[in-house]
Amino acid sequence: MALSQSEVLAGLAEIVNDETGIATEAVQLDKSFTDDLDIDSISMMTIVVNAEDKFGVKIPDEEVKNLITVGDAVNFITAAQG
Amino acid sequence: MSGKIVVTGVGATTPLGGDVQSTWRALLAGESGISTLEQEWVARYELPVTFAGQAKVAASTVLTPQEAKRLDPSSQFALIAAREAWADAGSPEVAPERLAVEYATGIGGVWTLLDAFETLKERGPRRVLPMTVPMLMPNGPAAAIGMDIAARGGVRTAVSACASSTEAVANAITRLQSGDIDIVVAGGCEAGIHPLPIAAFAAMHALSRNNDNPAAASRPYDIARDGFVMGEGAGALVLETEEHALARGAKIYAELVGGSVTSDAHHITAPDPEGTGAARAVIAALKQANAKIEDVVHINAHATSTPVGDIAEYTALRRVFGDHLDNIAISATKSSTGHLLGGAGAIEAIFTVLALKERIAPPTINLDSQDPEIPLDVVTSPRKLPDGPILAISNSFGFGGHNAVIAFRSYN
Repeated sequence: MALSQSEVLAGLAEIVNDETGIATEAVQLDKSFTDDLDIDSISMMTIVVNAEDKFGVKIPDEEVKNLITVGDAVNFITAAQG
Repeated sequence: MSGKIVVTGVGATTPLGGDVQSTWRALLAGESGISTLEQEWVARYELPVTFAGQAKVAASTVLTPQEAKRLDPSSQFALIAAREAWADAGSPEVAPERLAVEYATGIGGVWTLLDAFETLKERGPRRVLPMTVPMLMPNGPAAAIGMDIAARGGVRTAVSACASSTEAVANAITRLQSGDIDIVVAGGCEAGIHPLPIAAFAAMHALSRNNDNPAAASRPYDIARDGFVMGEGAGALVLETEEHALARGAKIYAELVGGSVTSDAHHITAPDPEGTGAARAVIAALKQANAKIEDVVHINAHATSTPVGDIAEYTALRRVFGDHLDNIAISATKSSTGHLLGGAGAIEAIFTVLALKERIAPPTINLDSQDPEIPLDVVTSPRKLPDGPILAISNSFGFGGHNAVIAFRSYN
């Protein structure tokens, strides 16, 4: 069963916290991964792969550059769950 | 510049303790850091050697999860040791451009490399972590330290097997004498207690097989020695020009007075039985120290507990020191710590520095029946060293025919 947007956000925040140590409550929909959360490209790729495993979706490499904000990622994952 | 170089900070994590003080106390107490490995892979791979000297304090209990996640275990040990050394030195104010790192490893990020290959085989290339390359590269530990203390004067890695970290300390001398650098953080690390290195060292019959009595397995100079015992951990020294250290009122442990590197070009693993290259290294270090052989009162020997290696080092020492060798207090501290490979020289440099500062030579354990072919004055319980100016050396030799020797003088 597909997860809601808030459930995806909570799950993604856990992945971000695990990789970077950033508090889960700081991972909000309007935050930019690079500008606000200071996540580098290496951490971003690890987060993407872990999100694929956690949510059972495929996030193509060419799509990753479009995931500017946490909200972009949450929306992509929510839609990709079908 | 031609001024003195001094040691102003030390840090370590070893099979005897998670820092320098606990390691040194355990060493003086004659403890062994060697024990049976409890990991399931020992039985799974039917390893012929089932023990080693594991770090007394797990790195994961010291670093943050995020630090640990991005660093190979070798770099984790390195960072812990370097942070202790840096804090011990008083976290010196120094221009980043005048701060350098000389930090070694023997093998590099072997856990990262082999774990990544397992991931590739089982889960495919997309699951290989993007941090794999910077984690496995041998300069990873040096780079991690350099980032942590903001060293912008050059970060370098000597790789010469078991001579690596002694070579790194020797290399620091030229940096500090150049006049361009005020402080070098030097040392080395290793995290090779993994089934592959154990199997590989065992395949060449380099390791002791005393599986029934691990604490007695590392026994340099003993007639029953049958190979070295793998250890893991790291050591770091803050090396500084005396001028810089005095200007900031730093405490000074000892003076680094010499460091030299030679090579045998004899055999890829066997030491030159005549000890010629090792002897040249000792002589060059003493010459740089402007010292006479009679000045040397203590040697922290390489002494890994292999049948041929211990004799080759003895031959080299006798060649250099002649009859004076009988007056020198010899410590073979790998008897307690095991052999930290690329980290061995660093922790032994620290032991040598502490021996000079506290005027006490640490014991060699497990010497039950000394090999008559190695008539050395081996220290078997903590021994007082003489008052006045004294000099000590630390030797390290590595596969590849590498010989590295460093010399320290007491500082008053």
